[in-house]
Amino acid sequence: MAFSRCYFEVMASGKLSTSRLQYGSMASDRIYLLDFEKPLAELEKRIDQIRQLAEESGVNVSEEIRQLESRAVELRQEIFTNLTPGQRLQMARHPRRPSTLDYVQVISDEWIELHGDRRGFDDPAIVGGIARLAGQPVVMLGHQKGRDTKDNVARNFGMASPGGYRKALRLMEHANRFGMPILTFIDTPAAWPGLEAEAFGQGEAIALNLREMFCLEVPIICTVIGEGGSGGALGIGVGDRLLMFEHAVYSVAPPEACAAILWRDTQQAPQAAESLKITAADLKAFGIADQILPEPIGGAHADPLKATEILKAALLENLEVLMRMSSQQRREHRYQKFRNLGVFNEIAA
Amino acid sequence: MSLFDWFANRRKSGPIGNEQQEREIADGLWTKCEDCGVLTYTKDLRANQMVCPECNHHKRVGSSERIQQLIDPGTWMPIDESLVPVDSLKFRDRKLYSERLREYQEKTGLTDAVQTGLGQLAGFPTALGVMDFSFMGGSMGSVVGEKLTRLTERATRQRLPLVLICASGGARMQEGMLSLMQMAKTSAALERHRAARLLYIPVLTHPTTGGVTASFAMLGDVILAEPKATIGFAGRRVVEQTLKEKLPDDFQTAEYLLNHGFIDSIVQRPELKQTLSSLIQLHQPTPSNADIVAAKLSSHHLITEEPKVLPRPANVD
Ligand SMILES: [Zn+2]
Repeated sequence: MAFSRCYFEVMASGKLSTSRLQYGSMASDRIYLLDFEKPLAELEKRIDQIRQLAEESGVNVSEEIRQLESRAVELRQEIFTNLTPGQRLQMARHPRRPSTLDYVQVISDEWIELHGDRRGFDDPAIVGGIARLAGQPVVMLGHQKGRDTKDNVARNFGMASPGGYRKALRLMEHANRFGMPILTFIDTPAAWPGLEAEAFGQGEAIALNLREMFCLEVPIICTVIGEGGSGGALGIGVGDRLLMFEHAVYSVAPPEACAAILWRDTQQAPQAAESLKITAADLKAFGIADQILPEPIGGAHADPLKATEILKAALLENLEVLMRMSSQQRREHRYQKFRNLGVFNEIAA
Repeated sequence: MSLFDWFANRRKSGPIGNEQQEREIADGLWTKCEDCGVLTYTKDLRANQMVCPECNHHKRVGSSERIQQLIDPGTWMPIDESLVPVDSLKFRDRKLYSERLREYQEKTGLTDAVQTGLGQLAGFPTALGVMDFSFMGGSMGSVVGEKLTRLTERATRQRLPLVLICASGGARMQEGMLSLMQMAKTSAALERHRAARLLYIPVLTHPTTGGVTASFAMLGDVILAEPKATIGFAGRRVVEQTLKEKLPDDFQTAEYLLNHGFIDSIVQRPELKQTLSSLIQLHQPTPSNADIVAAKLSSHHLITEEPKVLPRPANVD
């Protein structure tokens, strides 16, 4: 298990640090233990200690170890199958969670990154390029969070500026011209709320993508790999299919912001996460998400290669279906999918 | 005598005694400007479409009043008035969402934050949607999204110009992700209206922010705004937190957006109807361009319902 391996590496170096994750906080390179993972970590630590003692003293403890290990398996199941929305939010933001570039580079046979919006910007918070996926040329693009602190600052924590959305649109139009399916990967806390972002038209950039993505004739599959933060996510999130990883979340507003506005108390963020219905299961129930991608136990970061396999298989399976449709059928289907979203009553006149 | 002088005289003859003045403000006979503090005879203010004659402050107007200002008398035909919001998440913050809805419905007499319909604007048949900030800050949930989408679809079917008066704090959080999806839904309907080569004019009034700015507010063929209206995506305070220095005074105002190239024109409210009707008139098909418009229309496979056909030359299918 990658989780325990990382854990023991850190134990060995004596530098275990736990960290509470916060929206927009600087991620350190240390190993992260989420609060709810601690009992499991404790248990694994005990198993290791016993094993070490046994080795030193030569006493046979294999029965105790076997019992403890099976308890660890149970505990892991217990913890990760019953995560609260707040805990899933932490999973979705886990600094070790695979990013767009991690997935793209592993699932493609070939990958050429392209840059720039041709309007004066190349936003590092959105990456994109042309790839070959199981022989098929495709355009892939997505929000890119940093892999370490320095990278995260450079990537603006995956919070895109207008130039990012315009780069995405440019790449999608390229895909459309050359008949390449589009795969987008969503992983952002929000669109960047900065002075320049406003001055250069954050609202206009997102709005244009929403409209233009309905014109594209090629298949579009969007996957929420981590956190989907409101309009910032939707700006590359209009497609024929929306896939969501099991522990990914997608929210109308960051739960912290929602708590600040509606409860006037940011401490209510877990409550907001609960109320806003942000989990993959919730979105599937609303008809917003089409498919939930199961994650390895312990989350995508516990076994990134396994997560990548799951993603690739799901993308290929959905692409096959979409490519059998005509471009007209796809556009009509895409329109109807979004057309039907909403809950209201219509009272008889 | 200019209109300005007339108003100036009118003010001079206003109430002098303090007590009497306050009584008359309370009675609604006089209205105090929120911006400059000057009193205006309410009837005059109304005649000036709630724009302060002293400082040009554009006071907020409700959706019904706005419809009166823009649509020719006796021609307004509201649609989809029977759509009512539902508390699908059973959302509760400090108050139940269902309770909040009831309160706003009682207070405003509206079912939700937008009125939609068809009417004549200076004689031109027009599809008009008017958001109402007094209903939960004009926030967009399922009802707002659905009504605007139906209005847009109807405008496409009947080949009508579409005018949307925007006033909104953004997505309605109490409806969660379904409210976010209304941004995509309205944009989808606008894409079809646009593909049919029909004119869409959003009018951005104070305030137009968040999800509305990041969808239909910014998708106009021509975008108009009212003076000093706040228009932006992220909230000013949030932006301030990301900065070390102070924001420019005019940040996220209509004037700021005009300077940055994101809107076409700032229009004084008393001139809005005239401006809209001129724009609509300029975009009416003419004998010389009807073939272009019609050719585009026939190649657009997505209009499923039968469009009201324009006169076209015989050689075009
Ligand atoms: Zn004034």
